[in-house]
Order: sequence, then structure tokens, then C-alpha cells
Amino acid sequence: MQHLSIYAPVLPEIVVALGAMALLMFGVFRKATPGGDFATAWLAIGVLLLAAVLVATGTTGREAVFDGAFIADGFARFMKLLIIGGAVLVIIMSFGNLARQGLLSFEYIVLLLLAVLGMMLMISAGDLIALYLGIELQSLSLYVVAAIKRDEVRSSEAGLKYFVLGALSSGMLLYGASLIYGFTGSVDFGVIASVAQGQSAAGNIGLTFGLVFLLIGIAFKISAVPFHMWTPDVYQGAPTPVTAFFAAAPKLAAMALLMRVVFTAFPGIAPQWQQIIVFLSIASMLLGAFAAIGQTNIKRLMAYSSIGHIGYALVGVAANNEAGMQAVLIYLAIYLFMTLGAFACILSMRTKDGILEDIDSLSGLAKTNLPMAFVLAMILFSMAGIPPLAGFFAKFYVFAAAIKAGLYPLAVIGVLASVVAAYYYLRVIKVMFFDDATQSFVPVERGPGFVMTIAILFVLLFVLVPQPLVNAALAAVQSLQTVIPVP
Amino acid sequence: MALTAGFFYLFSVFSVIAGVMVIVAKNPVHAVLFLVLAFFNAAGLFILLGAEFLAMVLIIVYVGAVAVLFLFVVMMLDVDFAELKAGFIKNAPIGLLVGGIVLVELILLFVARGFDLGVAHKLAAAMPTADSGVSNTEALGHILYTKYIYFFEVAGLILLVAMIGAIVLTLQHKSGVRRQSIAAQVARLPKDGVEVVKVPSGGSVIPAPDGQS
Repeated sequence: MQHLSIYAPVLPEIVVALGAMALLMFGVFRKATPGGDFATAWLAIGVLLLAAVLVATGTTGREAVFDGAFIADGFARFMKLLIIGGAVLVIIMSFGNLARQGLLSFEYIVLLLLAVLGMMLMISAGDLIALYLGIELQSLSLYVVAAIKRDEVRSSEAGLKYFVLGALSSGMLLYGASLIYGFTGSVDFGVIASVAQGQSAAGNIGLTFGLVFLLIGIAFKISAVPFHMWTPDVYQGAPTPVTAFFAAAPKLAAMALLMRVVFTAFPGIAPQWQQIIVFLSIASMLLGAFAAIGQTNIKRLMAYSSIGHIGYALVGVAANNEAGMQAVLIYLAIYLFMTLGAFACILSMRTKDGILEDIDSLSGLAKTNLPMAFVLAMILFSMAGIPPLAGFFAKFYVFAAAIKAGLYPLAVIGVLASVVAAYYYLRVIKVMFFDDATQSFVPVERGPGFVMTIAILFVLLFVLVPQPLVNAALAAVQSLQTVIPVP
Repeated sequence: MALTAGFFYLFSVFSVIAGVMVIVAKNPVHAVLFLVLAFFNAAGLFILLGAEFLAMVLIIVYVGAVAVLFLFVVMMLDVDFAELKAGFIKNAPIGLLVGGIVLVELILLFVARGFDLGVAHKLAAAMPTADSGVSNTEALGHILYTKYIYFFEVAGLILLVAMIGAIVLTLQHKSGVRRQSIAAQVARLPKDGVEVVKVPSGGSVIPAPDGQS
């Protein structure tokens, strides 16, 4: 037992992995019994909550296991708790919808668990091999989940598109990783940082080349412009609960991975990656704002909205200071709650005849279902960045960090883009409150209702008690440091 | 030494010939079989180098899995190879151009660096002593299950996801298909199927319609 205790930091991951495998067996034997798949889903929530408790109560300092391939630090804990929380809420709100579509199978739940495991490994990655394996575990599960509604052409198309473009991005990422390994002689982030530090800008042209490809690979995963092409189609084609999961957890994991890579492996050549991040950020904010204007499908609208949000979060990364990193973490946490709340509302867009996805079908919602209209309106106001809602503070922190770092053009473009983006959020609100009702939705179910309540409370009350999140983000950021291993 | 050299030339010549035949063979099945031959000869070359693990992997993975997969694809899918090859002459100049560029790059490398790329130095440093008693396979096993256990396990999980995904997306449960149930067949007792009837002399036996007398 003495020897096993060194693996204590990996315990949450081990729990999720073993839980997924156990649930696979449980599901196979219980699927014939009525309610068997529901039981699997509840047990999966139990596994995730257990993992969350283990993450929260685990070792406090920075621990590196497996020769530095796996890092458990405050940053990893913060992001893992967000991701596990997001996954639990997504499962809770998607029970009913999945069951009605006949998609609530135990395989779906197991794949979600394995995707969460992949994200946890991504967040804790301490070298390039762990980074790649985590990304692949996450992505492969998500490719399958996107196509889970295999009888429908759109869903299959979403899965295939996601798979082909994801495989392409993995190839680029691997190419970059191999170049970095070739020019530094190590896959370990700490060693890469020390080698990169010691070289002049002209001397590490090969390393910069590798860095560019690595960032392209990660930009695909966070769907930053110009690597965003798959996002709207996949968001629209995949079943709505799956889309909710896509919008929430994987983006957070990929952002965490991006932060860990640029801040712990390449702090020495910050000017090189900073200009890439600045470009990605500006392009994402602008495209997210302008391309969403013409959308009629609310899931496509959310896809462009998420592209825009990633652009704002990247502003904090580009700032390359402690305030910027803290701002990114705050942004991601707030984004998670806003997205979950919005998708809880989209999941409730349902009449007796079926599921609706058009923005026009929301018309007159304020007259037929005022609470839901209020929740969706508040979340959309928050996404647009109207004070005093949570989304305003998210944007405030990143722009403040950018100004502190002297990135005035970036901050100005960001503010202008958010003004443009406010238009399409307000358009949805206008449709809900000022258009005539044409149909009424069936009452909101318990699962989405629960998530809506959490989201609206978070969005409204963040202004009163921002300290816990802000302090947690600061503590997480301070643990994100480059550690050069002693050979 | 002469024997080693002889085997080296044997394997090399055969692998080059097999490689050429993969491209020029008219019948795609023959092409795949020549590919298998090329793999076998490459495995022989690895053994001559003392890399027995790579030779094993080459045969198990490439011959056993990849080439068989190719064979399946060639035989199951109706790929018209004549059509694929139709543009060969037309596109040959582009291929020659790309090949020429790569050749020039290689020549430039040798012009700039000479034939000494430091390979001899590296070979001398990395070679384990021949009589260390630890084979490649054993050494790889030691490092794979200790230093790289984390990556090994995660790779296993990725394969599990691939398996689950393939089953979820392709397995169809058709109703109305009568399948062989081996368990039911084995569990069948003689008394369920065989019935001993005493036939009265001069009489006849007419079995009841439901199989029971």
C-alpha cells in the first residue's frame, strides 16, 4: 500500500475509468430490464460526483506522477471540477430528451464518462504524449456521440464531419509535437520550456514551426476561427443534449490544455505564440459576432456564439499575465453556466408534435411560459455582456487584463464585436417578448428546470458574491507554473 | 559474415522486386500478396540488424492485420483499379517533378553535410553489448510496463472507446432473424427429442401432433 500512495493524485481518473468499465458491464446486463438505462445514467452521475469529491479533497500542492506526464495542481483541480460539474448537469438535463428520441442507451453514458476521463487527462497533461492521448480519448468518444442518432442523416453527417476534421487536426498537432520533440529533445513541458528559453528567436525557428502546428491542432478543438468550420454543422446535426455537452465540457478542457501548453512549455518564446493567439482571438470574436446575425436555427446561433466566446476567452490568454489567466478561468466558468442554461431552454423547446429548433418558434414565449422566457432572456443578456449579469464581469476581467498588458487594439475590437453580438442576442429576446404567440410549448421538465434554476441563480447572483470564484481562479492560476525537472 | 551478407542481399533484392511488383501487378489481389512478401523480407532485414522485436511486430501487425485488411478491402469493395491507374501517364510529370525535388533535397543535404551525418557516432553510443543477456523484447517490456505504463493504459482505453463506438454505430438488431443458439442446443436433453415407444406387435404408432404421446 505504501507504494500505491504515490498514485493518489490519479485517483479521480482511476475512479472514472473503472466506473466507465463497470457501467459498461452493468449496462449490458441491465439493458433488458425496464429503466436499466436510467439506472446506468444515475450511476454515472454517482461516479462523476465521487470523482469530483476526490478531486476537491485530494492533495493540495502540485504533484507530478508518471515522470511528470501527469500533473495534479490547483489549475487542474479547478478545471476538472468545472468539467465534471458540466457533465453532471448535462446528463441530468438530457434524460427526458434522450429517452424520447430512443437514444438513452448505456453506451451513450459510458462514452460520455470516457470523454470526461479524456478531458481530465488533457487538463493534467504534463508532456506531449499525455497531451495527445488525452485529446484522442476525448475526441474519439465525442465523434461517436455526435453520430449516436445513426438513423438520421444529419447526425451521421455531423459525426463524420467531426471525425474527418478532428483527425486532420490531430495530424497537425502530432506534426507539431514531433517538430517540438526534434528541436528540444524532450516531450516534457518543463524541459521544452528550459530549451526554448535558452535560444534566440532566430535559433528556434524549427521550434516555432512546431509550436504553430501544435496551436493549430488545439485551435481546432476550441473551434477558434479560422479552424471553426465544423462547429455550426456539428452543433446543428448532433442531438441537442450532445450539442449541449459539446458546447460546455470539451471547449473548457481544450482551453485548459492550451493554457497549460503556452504558459508552462513556451513561456520563454511568448512573442511567438502571442501573435497567433491575438489573431485567433480577433478573428473568432468578429466571425462569432457577424456570422450569427443571419442564423435562423438556434443551435447554429449557439455555435457561432460559442466561437465568439472562445475569442473573448483567448483575449485573456493573449494578455500573458496573471490577471489574464485568472480572467480566462473566470470567463470559462461563467461561460459554462450560461451555455448550460441556454441549452436547458433549447431542450425545453418542444410542443406536443416534436422538438423545435427555429428561433421563430420562440415567438411569444413570454405570454405562454414567462419563467422560461425570463430565464432565457437573462442568459442571453448575460452572454451579450449587459451589467450587472455574470457575463458582463466575464468580459470585464478579460478586457481589463488585455489593457493591463497594453493590448489596446485587441480590447477595442473585442468591445466592438460584443456590441455587434448583442444584436442577435437581443433579436431572440425581441422574438420572445414582442412577437405574437403561435404555439405553446409543453411544460418544462424537471431536469432542464433544475439546470435552468442553477444557471439563472448563478447569472443573477454572481454580482453579489463574486469572491469565491475570483479567488479560486487566482489560486488556480498561481499554481500553473513551469517546473524544469532536474535530470 | 559472408552468410549474413548473402542473406542481406537476398532479402533486399526480394523486397525491392516485391515492392515494384506491388505497383505494376495488374491484379489487385496479387499486389497485396506482393506487399506481404515485401513485409516478410523487411522483417528478415530487421532480424539481420538484431531488431527481433521489430521483425515480430512487422509480421504480426502488418502481415497479420494490415495486409489482411487490405485483402478484405480489395476483395469486398469493387474498386476499379484500371480506372485508378488510367491517369498515370498524364500525371507522371507531376510525380517526376515531386520526386526530382526530393532527390535534389537529398543531394543538397549530402553536398552540405557530406556523408558523415554523425550516424556512425550515434550507432557506436547506442549499441548495447551483444552479450548483455537482455533481448530487445525484454527491454521494451520492462520500459513499457514501468516508465510508460500511463501511456500504455490510456492507449488501451482509447482502443476500448474505438470498440464501443464501432459496436454502437454499426450493430443492428434485426427482428425476425432465427439465429443458432448453441446453449439451447447443448442444453437439450435426450428425453426432449427422443421418445421410446413400445410398438405393439401387429399395430402401428401414430405420434400425437404436439410431439407427445
